[in-house]
Amino acid sequence: MLRAVLPMVGALGLVLLPHPGQAATITTLKSLKLDVPTSDAMFPAGPGSDAINNNCIACHSADHVLNQPSLSREAWQEVVNKMITAYKAPVSADDAKAIVDYLVRTKGAS
Amino acid sequence: MQDHDVQPSGLTRRRVLGGMGIASLALMSSRASAQQTVDLHVPGGPSTRTITTSYPQKGRMILQRSSPPWLETPFEVFDKGVFTPNDQHYVSWHWANFPGDIDVDSYRLTVRGQVNQTLSLSLTDILGLPRFDIAAVNECAGVSRIYFVPRVAGAQWANGSMSNAIWTGVRLKDVLDRAGVKPGAIQVRFGGLDEPVIPDTPKFLKSLTIDHARDGEVMIAFAMNGEQLPLLNGFPLRLVVPGWCAVYWIKMLNDIEVLDQPDTNYWTTTGYRVPDTPHNTVKPGETGFKMVPVTRNVPRSFITNIRNGDSVPAGTPASARGIAFGGDCGVARVDLSIDGGKSWQPTQLGADQGTYGFRQWQTQFTLPARGARTLMVRCTNTKNEAQPDFQIWNPAGYLFNTIETTHVVAA
Repeated sequence: MLRAVLPMVGALGLVLLPHPGQAATITTLKSLKLDVPTSDAMFPAGPGSDAINNNCIACHSADHVLNQPSLSREAWQEVVNKMITAYKAPVSADDAKAIVDYLVRTKGAS
Repeated sequence: MQDHDVQPSGLTRRRVLGGMGIASLALMSSRASAQQTVDLHVPGGPSTRTITTSYPQKGRMILQRSSPPWLETPFEVFDKGVFTPNDQHYVSWHWANFPGDIDVDSYRLTVRGQVNQTLSLSLTDILGLPRFDIAAVNECAGVSRIYFVPRVAGAQWANGSMSNAIWTGVRLKDVLDRAGVKPGAIQVRFGGLDEPVIPDTPKFLKSLTIDHARDGEVMIAFAMNGEQLPLLNGFPLRLVVPGWCAVYWIKMLNDIEVLDQPDTNYWTTTGYRVPDTPHNTVKPGETGFKMVPVTRNVPRSFITNIRNGDSVPAGTPASARGIAFGGDCGVARVDLSIDGGKSWQPTQLGADQGTYGFRQWQTQFTLPARGARTLMVRCTNTKNEAQPDFQIWNPAGYLFNTIETTHVVAA
């Protein structure tokens, strides 16, 4: 195993950092016009998926949520409350309940 | 002793046994596949992430969130030298509305509030001021949150929401002096071009005390590692607060407001808070402690050439190396344990590239017999603060710096 790894390590050694420049060298900056990727991925379909799609992915992509750990109902409720009270997400009471239920069903923990 | 300066000396520096871990090898060999993933090997939730090369000016990054982007530096990058390449410097934004199109001629930095003269500085004005360089680690307060037990909500960063660069820019003090700070000023608040999607959402702003802002180290940076900033790292101007968490390092900086009253915005009064306890740690479920804002970084150290699950020869000397940083001061020493923390041996530190930057360490060690072994590495900073050997936990998942453990097999 160890020997098999070594040639790969050698190849990677060739990827060297450019030498950091000195403070004096930059005299102008160049304008940038770049496309930053977004994501149109939706939450997996199921009870409450309309509510979470309609309320959550305007501000952040679904993978923000899908990469979260499994959390208790109390913890998910706290997350949804924070979105509404701290970040002013305009989520109706019915949708908030549907979103918490969706999260508990798909990413719940006792 | 091997050369542990910023420039890896090519193949000779790669003789060290251990090398890349199993996960990295799997990653490399699957290069031809359409979508690469990395397994962060953490229980309690999804542990694999996509490796992305889709973001402008960025190379291979771990995709933690598509939008607004959270892009993590793959850990193997930290074995290549103390300075993180710009195209793999990690990326984190709070709000999705920030421009991809920035015109350097019309860009302005405003300095306003409790000043004698409001300033509207062009980038030419900024580049014309006296400049300096400083090496500093830009580290998210939520780094390593994925390792909290029990797990907590938030960006599920592994160890790669930290990056080191040589920053070039001007002293914030000089810019404030040009505006003329009025008597009675107590804080300075910073804002960038990023805006929330919903108008009522609190704009992302952070403040420093007037004395901190004028300490001569806080920088308005226009370059990192000798090049203009990548867009996603805050082009064209970014605040650099050496030794402090990245939340203070406002990107696309365009507004500086000198205040004569305490800043009451959400991000200063409510967001980014930790228990006011030793090591900012509490027991899960514990209540009744005071909360305070995150400020300084804490000491960290990592083994970078040996990964969990690696095989190391028993009975013969092997090399370990890695990086460390002191947090808000320098590295005093880095110690290695090969017996799960029962005893510690000193390591040799590489060249000092700057108080607030990464410092390499290396040493030789010999595992006495075959079997499962636990390597640990511990940084003690120049304020004599060492990494704790117990599990750091707090409700929002900030400032993790428990001693790192690497499980290997002596064979």
